[in-house]
Order: sequence, then structure tokens, then C-alpha cells
Amino acid sequence: MRPHRTALLALMLVVSGSAVGSAADAPAARPINFDRDVRPILSENCFACHGPDANKRKAKLRLDTKAGAFADLGGHAAIVVGKPDESSLIERITSDDPVEKMPPAKSEKSLTKDQVDLLRRWVASGAEYKGHWAFERPIKSELPTTPGPTEIDRFVRAKLAEKGLSPSPRADRVTLIRRLGFDLIGLPPTPGEVDAFVIDASPQAYEKVVDRLLASPHYGERMAMAWLDWVRYADTAGYHSDNQREVSLYRDYVINAFNQNKPFDRFTTEQIAGDLLPNPTREQKIASGYNRILMTTEEGGAQAKEYIAKYAADRVRNASNVWLGATLGCAECHDHKFDPYTAKDFYRFAAFFADIQEVPVGSQPPTRIPTPEQQSKLDEFDAKIASLKLTLDTQTPALTVLQAEWERSAEKKRDRWATLMPISAKSQAGTPLKVGPDGTIVAEGKAAEIDTYVLTFDVQSKAITALRLEVFPDASLPGRGPGRAANGNFVLNEFAAEAASKPVALENATATFSQPGWDIKGAIDRDGASGWAVMEQAGRPNHAVFETKVNLGDGKPVTLTIKLAMRYGTEHLIGKFRVAATDAPRPVKAGGVDGLPTAVREALAIEPGKRTKPQAEALTAHYRTIAPLLDPTRKALAAIKTERDATVAASPTTLVTTSGAPRTMRILPRGNWLDETGPEVTPAVPAFLSPEIKGRRATRLDLANWIVGAENPLVARVFVNRLWKVGFGQGLVSSLEDFGAQGHSPTHPELLDWLAVTFREEGWDVKRLIKRIVMSDTYQQTSHASDPLREADPNNQWLARQSRFRLEAESVRDDMLVISGLLAPKIGGPSVKPYQPAGYWEHLNFPKRTYQNDHGEGLYRRGMYTFWQRTFLHPSLLAFDAPSREECTAQRSRSNTPLQALVLLNDPIYVEGARALAERMLTDGGKETGARLDVGFRSAVSRRPRPDELAIFGDLIDKHDRYFHAHPKEADQFLHVGERPIPKGVDAAELAAWTSAARVILNLHETITRN
Amino acid sequence: MSPHDHFAREIHRRAFLGGTAGIGSLALASLLQPDLAGAADISGGSSAKTDRWTGVVNPLHFAPKAKRLIYLYMAGGPSHLETLDYKPKLAKLSGQPMPESYTAGMPIAQLQGQKLTCFAPQHPFQKYGKSGQEICTIFPEIGSVADEICIVRSMVTEAINHDPAHTYMNTGTTISGRPAMGSWLDYGLGSESQDLPGFVVMSSFGKFGQAQPISARQWHSGFLPSRFQGVEFHSKGDPVLYVGDPKGIDRERQRDVVDAVQRLNALENRELADPEIATRITAYETAFRMQASVPELMDVSNEPKHVLDMYGTKGGDGSFAANCLLARRLAERGVRFIQLYHKDWDHHGNLKGDVAGTAREVDRGAAALIKDLKQRDMLKDTLVIWGGEFGRTPMAQGNGRDHHIKGFSIWMAGGGIKPGISYGATDELGYSSVENIVHVNDLHATILRLFGVDHKRMTYKYQGRDFRLTDVAGNPIKAIMA
Repeated sequence: MRPHRTALLALMLVVSGSAVGSAADAPAARPINFDRDVRPILSENCFACHGPDANKRKAKLRLDTKAGAFADLGGHAAIVVGKPDESSLIERITSDDPVEKMPPAKSEKSLTKDQVDLLRRWVASGAEYKGHWAFERPIKSELPTTPGPTEIDRFVRAKLAEKGLSPSPRADRVTLIRRLGFDLIGLPPTPGEVDAFVIDASPQAYEKVVDRLLASPHYGERMAMAWLDWVRYADTAGYHSDNQREVSLYRDYVINAFNQNKPFDRFTTEQIAGDLLPNPTREQKIASGYNRILMTTEEGGAQAKEYIAKYAADRVRNASNVWLGATLGCAECHDHKFDPYTAKDFYRFAAFFADIQEVPVGSQPPTRIPTPEQQSKLDEFDAKIASLKLTLDTQTPALTVLQAEWERSAEKKRDRWATLMPISAKSQAGTPLKVGPDGTIVAEGKAAEIDTYVLTFDVQSKAITALRLEVFPDASLPGRGPGRAANGNFVLNEFAAEAASKPVALENATATFSQPGWDIKGAIDRDGASGWAVMEQAGRPNHAVFETKVNLGDGKPVTLTIKLAMRYGTEHLIGKFRVAATDAPRPVKAGGVDGLPTAVREALAIEPGKRTKPQAEALTAHYRTIAPLLDPTRKALAAIKTERDATVAASPTTLVTTSGAPRTMRILPRGNWLDETGPEVTPAVPAFLSPEIKGRRATRLDLANWIVGAENPLVARVFVNRLWKVGFGQGLVSSLEDFGAQGHSPTHPELLDWLAVTFREEGWDVKRLIKRIVMSDTYQQTSHASDPLREADPNNQWLARQSRFRLEAESVRDDMLVISGLLAPKIGGPSVKPYQPAGYWEHLNFPKRTYQNDHGEGLYRRGMYTFWQRTFLHPSLLAFDAPSREECTAQRSRSNTPLQALVLLNDPIYVEGARALAERMLTDGGKETGARLDVGFRSAVSRRPRPDELAIFGDLIDKHDRYFHAHPKEADQFLHVGERPIPKGVDAAELAAWTSAARVILNLHETITRN
Repeated sequence: MSPHDHFAREIHRRAFLGGTAGIGSLALASLLQPDLAGAADISGGSSAKTDRWTGVVNPLHFAPKAKRLIYLYMAGGPSHLETLDYKPKLAKLSGQPMPESYTAGMPIAQLQGQKLTCFAPQHPFQKYGKSGQEICTIFPEIGSVADEICIVRSMVTEAINHDPAHTYMNTGTTISGRPAMGSWLDYGLGSESQDLPGFVVMSSFGKFGQAQPISARQWHSGFLPSRFQGVEFHSKGDPVLYVGDPKGIDRERQRDVVDAVQRLNALENRELADPEIATRITAYETAFRMQASVPELMDVSNEPKHVLDMYGTKGGDGSFAANCLLARRLAERGVRFIQLYHKDWDHHGNLKGDVAGTAREVDRGAAALIKDLKQRDMLKDTLVIWGGEFGRTPMAQGNGRDHHIKGFSIWMAGGGIKPGISYGATDELGYSSVENIVHVNDLHATILRLFGVDHKRMTYKYQGRDFRLTDVAGNPIKAIMA
């Protein structure tokens, strides 16, 4: 059944108020099958009040278990085998009394006459009752006796015979190679590939194509497209500000896993618990990112506890749906209404993920994951760094001699700073600045938002080589200062000096500490936005030193003015400070004129013979850091460190799972995160599926092992069913997302189980299963349907033919890129930004963002690499039903809308693609219109145009050729859509006219259809 | 035969007959004759003749009062205490601690762990109109239509942060992936427009509050087919994404291309008789028509001066007033649900000045819309709703107010709403709704009831469950329905 038909089915049920079609259309003579015919009626109409949810159960009657359905209810029973007239179930559904009648009117449910008759016949014929098929372990079905070239064909043909249908003939080779291309790699074949296949006389011709495509790196991309929908992979956080978080390594892991044909059990384990495997590899760590790609928030005012509860529920919904086809998420507030999942099961499942370390409200810190190449470079750097450090740490006789010389010269230095006493200190905002006897200046009174302090001094100096600004903490300042902002910080945007009203050039600013991003150099760069701040050292003294470019002063008195401009706002002003000057020879650096650490200066002051051992060592160690002899070594070290830092900075980041102490998980009554009265729970899988692990806390690794373990009845069926969709566009169970009682029964249960068991037996070999599907004759049938066949099976559930359907959103784009020759076939890497209408992101905030499309290669990558902004997905993908990936999407809808037409007609990439195709038609097609259109048609739909089609194009091209020759400006504008350069020497009008023709080709229904 | 099979056969029969008769020519003919009606396929409109969707609730459950909805969505959380809910006692207690009896155990957003102090209403209220409804004086224009509106002062919601609260207000739940209210209306009732979407969204930005982000999730069709998705109209660039012809291409050249596509698709369909091809053909027709109808809609140059003056806009500037005028034009053209976001109501600080500023941005446009609909006799079947995703605390956050979900106000007008009344109340300090409490689910149930739909009977099966806009709750508020 095609997805939108599923929607139709649901729609018709709503409208008619009737129940499930498969039961309703059971002919009277057909033997009753409980799973197919009876359970759906009971589930839809009865289970809500007589099912798994103990809190909602009425009249103590439970119909979803055999014991409950046949139980003695005090002298009567809902179902008495063989005796419909004694069964209260039959009595109640046939009653005319509105009080007695089931289902009750207020449930908005009612049974059709056919359904009532069927239930009566079922009771009369023995009331066979079975557990729900999907919860029973699959058993490898016997192959049907019906002949057929492959096992799949035998199962399908047995069913066809039952239905009185027969298979359709094989599709022609052109159709087959197109179908294989779209299904296996998501791309159409090139004309050359089509020709080669059509003329290949070898009996293995078809299989060779299959093998080639399965070996193509694009196979992994195609398979990943589906998987990424299920695990809701996206490039942004999802809630509120929806900021970017880099996780493309996870996407690439998925692509590579399919390309390497990683067994599905390992693929599963690595994602759920890769971090818990012994010595996890780089790849396994990246895989564990699965647990981190859910929606998260950074919204201010969000409460951590609420979001912890949201994330827990999100993980349950996703993992249970991806691997179990279960709607366990429905048991968040109450026991499941239709399936035996309890609310306790929900929270115990959530507890598996309670060890995942994350930020409940805020951005998620990424983990750097160097590539293997980067890692080996880093290892080399580290080895070199260790060896250079050893050289620097080794004392040699030569160094000892040189050190003694240095000590003699250093002793002569002394601290020559002179405090400058202001003759005036004013604040432009009018704040009082009080000058103390030691030259310390304190800002008093109410602080302004921004301010500039102006200090004047009378100095009489011969040669000032540097000025020093000290900032001091003080108990009276907020956060103990030295700033006046609430946190004790300040921002000094400009430090400027004037002597005799002439600016004094300052340079080489240094500080004892600068806050990252607020370096002292910003205080003399004349940029009003940059500046010096000291956040991490609030409450401590610091100072900055500014060298004068030329010596200041000639011994005569001069008025020196110093301005401290502080414009950051919110009272980021200096609260306590002092200014000093020195005439010590340059370089003068913060930390003292001699630039020596305190311990070294103290040691120097002591005679060599009287120094303690630590003092002597402090001196030798310090000398080695400045010894000219070691300069080359230090330079080499610095160079390698720079290179190493660059390598680290260039290495990709992603989110990985880190396990920690698990958060307490309790049952939240009615899902309410504020209610802490529920009992605590520990990790376990749903109780009816497996007993819990005793004696220790179960882990995600246990969960993964159980999911792929032999006793789980669901996983192989669920995944095989989704792989079946790769080849047929729909599952054997049409509700890909629900294998519960409310889901659809498989059309071919024996085939599904045979495939599921075989898949497991063959080592979870995905490529082998895909190959098994596409090698079947069933797959290779034509999709043309005769009228009787279409009448008999409008939705093709019995597979007497292949299906036709529109390509998926990404493939619509990829198809165009291949046809036009624009595709950049690179696999993986960070997501890219194709053209997008301006202003589409206007709603995004915190921060505001402007979309800038990439240039060059990034414009022409496959659709799956488009930057996946959850709250505003690229509009062209959205128009073709790509999901926002906020939740698991097992099955996209397949719509057919005017907005899609607008995309194909007017999105610049499709116009640019048309031009590129037109260029190819002109260069490869010679002069003849027919031959040129051959090129276009063979690229787009793998066939030649027919005469009636050629006529339509002929008219169009002639008309547009005339038009564009008369309107060169319009031709020029039209050809300039898109960033790809226009080839030199072309006839612009002709190219424009052919671009019109190419637009027609790219807009054809056939072009975007797989059949 | 199941209804499913029946429907599928019907679709097939139509497509097949259409095919032998030449779907292409029929479809192209309907370009000139857009009124040819026909049923449609839910996924994309599969009729050979038109893709106008006529809704699943057909016939309606009740006689409808409203035919369309204009939702003036005041995003950010307008303070009920400075808009529609006057609390003199809060003024008396201003600066004093908020009595703990009000706040104990309640969810709190940014004021978590802080001292809670009463904060007086920052602007006076006044009685307006014959009905004497109490409205804050920062809304003189809305005051002038007081007799047309119904004020609901007892709203409650469940989500206290913007993003989930928007999702709750629009979809009835905080879990992503459910359809927005406009998608439900479009799905249930269909569209009355041939060449415009049934669900249109526009936004305006203000100068007085933080422009909180809003996700496209708020107008997404969720698990409903994507044709029911809300379509954003923009005031800059293409009004609808990709609605403009490529540069250098005029209408005639575009027509030629579309015509050729149509003819070729029709040729293909003659062989295949595939309903999807027929749908594709009608989709291209509609798209081509939209390329003309959307610019026509956005061009307000033919609106008389007195109408422009009434709204206080010249149009085309992306202001809330300009959007109100466009909303009327959309309503006239049969669009079912028009949602105007004005994103300027998040007043954590500087409330006094900022709330008055934001009020000025919306006051005149909203009132003009009511008057304009009234004078065109459209108010009687056009429901207008004014309200945000939550209210704001009676407690101070500096000189502003924090998010608040236990009590807030909206107003509604037209489309079967009793005019000139107030409904429900919060407690003396405006903290909790205490009288005639209206939950978001009740509001949704009321909206659907006004459209003639029983909210419990319009459902969509997904993941095995019958989902509805009102999730598992909701009752229509009969007392406010005329």
C-alpha cells in the first residue's frame, strides 16, 4: 500500500465510522484468521476499555489476552467457545439497548454488520485465539510448493494463486536499470550505463548491474537517507533558538556502515552502546552519537528537570520505534491502550539512557574526533614535543656558565616604577574619583553605565619608556572588584595618553592577565569595541604595561593626560586603580621591569652559595626558559605546538555518548515531571517481552544485546520490513512504524518471517538481503498494470506487478544534478548550504542568523547533505515531504502539490540545472534539434523522445529562440541564474531557448518518477 | 468491499475515464474555467479536474457559525495584567512579597529561586463601549470595538517556555510532529480557494520585546499529508517561496514552459492512466495560477484611501497593520485559516514602556480588521482571535514580568462568538484562573465547534491511535457562543 493510500484508508475509516478494511472484506466463506480478521476489530473497538491499561479497564474484562477473553466473569463469559448466543460479547455488540450496546455511543466507535457477523462466526467456529503475531518469535516458514525462481517469488506467487492473480512480465531493461539506480543508490543511470546494460547479452547482465550498484559508495548514501529519518538526524538542536551542533560525523558513520555492509546487530550495538564496548574505537564513539542527536533546548528560563523528562521520553519514543516498531511512547502517561506495554515499561526503558551525560538546558559541548590521519600527525607532534622539552629541561655545563653571566647582569636591574600622583581625576559621567595618598584612585557613588576617566599629572622626567596601570580588588566593590560590574569585571576599551596636548604613541601592551577574547592589546588599538577585561581574575590585583614608542619627556615639566574609556555598558568600569611610569630600558613588560617571577627575583637577591636547593633550581629552570643558547629549540617547540594546535583545531567535532552516574528515574504519574511521588525504577525491557536482569543494574549494552538477541521477536521483522520498502516502496506490513495491535497485519506473514529468520541466520547481512529482494522476479516485474489487475489490487499489496512512485525529496534534487551534470559526488563531510530564498530564516533568533549559501562544490552536493535546520528545513526539501526530523519518521508521506511545481519551475538550482543540461544538449547533440533532445531525454528519462513529444519541443524552442534573440537582456538575466559561469562563445539566445526546453524536461512527471 | 477499496477504485475509474478522454486537454481547459469542481485525493488532489480539497468532515457535524479564522497570534506572551485583566489588589500589594499561598509548588521560568514580589499593573484600565468591558487604556482602538469582542480571562496552558508553549497552543500538545490547528481545519473542512493555500501564515516584528524564535513546526501539518501545511507569506522577496518566475522569464515564457510540461505529462498519462500524473497536471495549473494570484493578493494599491487610513498603513511594509489588511483580502478569497504572528510581547523588563509600545503596534490594525470585516458583512462568519501562548506573572522580574501559564487572557470576535461579553476570571492577584477555566484544549474544541465540527469526531489515525487536535481533553465553551 502506498503511504498516502494508508492515509486514505484511515480517512475512509473516520468518515464511515467503520473499522478495519482487511476484516471487513473477508468473504463469508474464507476461513477466519484471528490475527488478520478478529484482533483488528477487537483492538480498534474494545481494547481502549477492555485492554492492557489496567486503570481504564471496565467491568474487569480484558480482551487482549486469551485468559482475559475467556475468563469466567461470575456466571457468564465474554466468549463461550462455539456458543455465540451464550457469549456476552456477542450479546452486547448486537444489543439494541443503548445502555447495553457495545461499543458505547460515547466512544465514537461502532461495528459494521459484516464485523458483527464475523465475530459471531468466529465464536461459533471455535474462537481460535492467538497472541499478537508480532510478539511471537518468528519461525522460519516452510517454502511454499508453488514454483518460482527465488524463495521470495515462491511466497509471493503462492499468495497470488490464492488471490487468483498472476505475476506481470519482466520490465524492459531500461526500466530495470533506472529502477535499480533509484532504489539502490538513489541516482539515475547515465546514458552510457543504460546502453551497456541493454546490449549486454550475458546471462549475468542484470546481476552485474546489481553488484556494481551495491558496491557503489552511493549505496551507503541511499540507505542512510532512510536511516537518518528514523533516528531523526539533523544539524541543529531543534528547540527554540535551534542553533547548529555539528554531528555530521555520525551521518558519515551511517553511510560508511552501510557501504562496509556492517552487520545490522553490530550497527545497532555501536549506536546504542558504542561507548560501553571495551576500548571503544573512534568509529564506535562516533556511532554512540545516536543517543545525542535528539532535540535539545537552550531557551532561557527552561527548567532542567522538565527537559530531562522530555529527553528521556524522546529517547524511548525513538529507540522503541526504530528497533521495535513499537509505540512505547504512548505509555508515558498511562499503560498502552492497545499493546501490553505498561507505563512502568516506559520508564524502565527510559532508565537505560539515564547514564548519558548532557547539558539539560544549554548548548552541548562537542567532542573533538581527529581523523585517523590527524591522529597520527598528533602522535608525531607529541613525540617531537617530548624530545624538545627534554632538551629544554636538561641542564648542561655550557648553560651553567652562561647562567652565571646572566645572573651578574640581572642583579643590576631593579624595579624603577614611580607612581604618578594625579593633580586632577575626573569622570565624564560625573562619578567622584577619590585620590588616595599613595596615588590610588577609587570611583565612588553610583556607577554610570559607561564612562571615561580623565586623569592629569605634572611629570618631570627625562625618558619615560612605559606607563603602568594597576587595578586593585576592594571589599567595597561588587564581586570584590576591581571592576564595578556586578561580577567584579570591567572593560577598558581605550587607554590613551597625551603630553602637552599631543597624543603619546603607545605600543607593546602587556598584562599580567587578560580574559580570553579581551586581550590587553585591545586597549590601545583604537577600536572602541575591543578592550581589556579580567573576568576569571575578578577579586585579584592585576596590571597592564604600555610602552611608549619614543621616550617621553626631556626633563622639563609637562602635563600628562591619561584617558580610560570604558564603553561596554552595564557598569563595566574600573573601581580602584593607580598609574605609574618608568624609564627602565625597553622591553618593559607587565610583571616587573626585569620581567622576573617573584621567586626568581628573590633567589637572585641571595648570594649563589647561600641559596637553598629549590631556589637554585628555580633559577636554573628560569634561566633555561630565557637562555639564548636554547632559542632555536624553543622556537622549534613553539612552531610544533602551533602546528599541533592547528591540527587539533582542524579536527572535526561531534557529539558522543559519555556514560556517568545515572539520573534517578521514577514513574511520573500522568507524565507530570513536577510529581515526584512515583516509584523509582531501574532499566529493563518491556516485561512481557523479557524478564529483567537480576543482581545488577542493566546497561545500554544489555539493551542493545537484547534488541539483537534471539528472544526479541520484533527487531528482525521490523528492519526487514523497512528494507522491503527499498525495493517496493511499501512494507509487507504497511504500518512501518507500528507492529502493535493497531498496526496492519503483514500481507505475506510467512514471507516476512522467512526473510526475518534468514536475515538473522545469515549474520544480519543487509546487502545480501537487499540483493535477494532485487534479484527476485517479483522485483523485476513491470509496473504497468492491466485494468483487471488494477481493479483487483489497486494498491498492489499482492505484488502482481511493481509499483510506481515519485522520488523522495533528496533524490528529486540528486536526479536533477545527475541529469544536468552538476552533481558534486563527494561522500560525507560537514553539511552544505545550497541556494535558499533570502529571509527564510527571519524567525530564527538567539542569535539572529543570515543564510549564506555556499559557493562552488557546496551548491551541487546531494540533497542529504543539505544543512538540516529542524525548525526551518530547506523549503525545496520540505515541499517534497522531507521531514523536519524532530521525531522518528518511519514513512514519509508522498504528496503531489502545487508547491512542488513551484520548486521545480523556479528554485534557482533547477533553473541552473536546466541551463547546464541545455549546454550539454548543445555541445553533445550537434546541430539537429532531434539529436539535441536525444541527449536531454536520454539523460533525464533514459529513452529517446517520441515524435509527438518532439513536436511540442520544436514549437517551444522556435518561439523562445526568436524571443531571446529579440530580447538579449532577458536572455542574459535568465542565463545568469545560479553561480555557475556561462561558457564563453555561446549564442546566448540559443542557449536560453534550450534552457527553456531543459526546464520542461526537468519538470516532467516521468523525470521524478521511479517505476 | 471495504471502503478503502471502494475509494481506490473510484479514483482509478475517474483517472481511467479521464485518460481515455484526454486528461491533458481537459486539465488545460480548466485553466480557463477554474470552477470545474471535483473530489480530491487527500495526498495531493487526484481529481482530473481540480485539486480543490473539500474536507473530511463532510457533511459537517453541526451547522457552522464560522467559515474562516483569522488568528492574531501575539507571540512572546502578552501580560494579561496590562491588556485585558485589571487587578486593583495587585496595585495595592505592589512591592510586597507575593503571598506564598498563590505560588507554592507552581512551575516558574526565569524567576526560579528568586524572591517573588507583587508588581502593580503598569497602566490604567477603562470601561469601553455599551458593554462596559474593562480594557487597558493602551488599547484605545480595540476599546472602540469592545462591543464586538468577547474577552476570555481564564485561559490556562501547560508549557512555560516559548517554544513548547507555541507548540501547545497550535497543536494541543508539546510533542513535535502533530498537526497545527490550521492544518486540522484545512484537512477537516477543505479550502474554498482555487488558487491559494487553505492555511496562510504571516509575521510582523516589533521594536519593544525580544523577537523570540518561532519554528515552522507551528504551521506544519505533522502526520497529516503535507498538502495541509501552512504556507508562509512574506513581505520581502517572493511573497510565497518560489512563486516568482526566474529572472529574465516573463509570464508568457513561463506559460509556454508549463504548457509544454502539461502536454507531455498528458501524453504520458494517455498511456499509463496514472492518477498521480493527473494530480501532477492539476498541481502545475494551480501553481501557475498562484504565480498570478499571490502577487495580485499582495498588491493593495487598489484599496481605497479610507480603508488604508483605517488600518494605518500604506501596505507592503510588513507591519502588523499591513498584515491585517492582507488577512482580510485572504479571507475574502476563501482562505480557511490565516494566522498573523506579531513577535513583540516578551517583556521580561521595562514592561511599562515596552508593553505600551507593542500595544501601539497592534491596536489599530486589529481594531480596523474587526471594523472592516463588519462593514463587509464578513464578521458574522469570520472568527477572529487575539492572544498569545501564555500570560505573565503578577510578580516582578526587575521592572518586567516572567512567563506565566496558570491564568491569562485572550479575546475573540465574530464567527458565532457572543459579542460584548467577558468570560471567566483569575484570582484577585491575577495568578490562577479560578472561574470558568478555559484550557487550550477547550479553546480548540470551541473553535472546531464554531466551524461545525465535533472535536472528538475529527480524528486521524497515526501509529495506531486516533489523534485529534484536542488530544484527550477539551470541551467547547457554550457560554461564549452566540
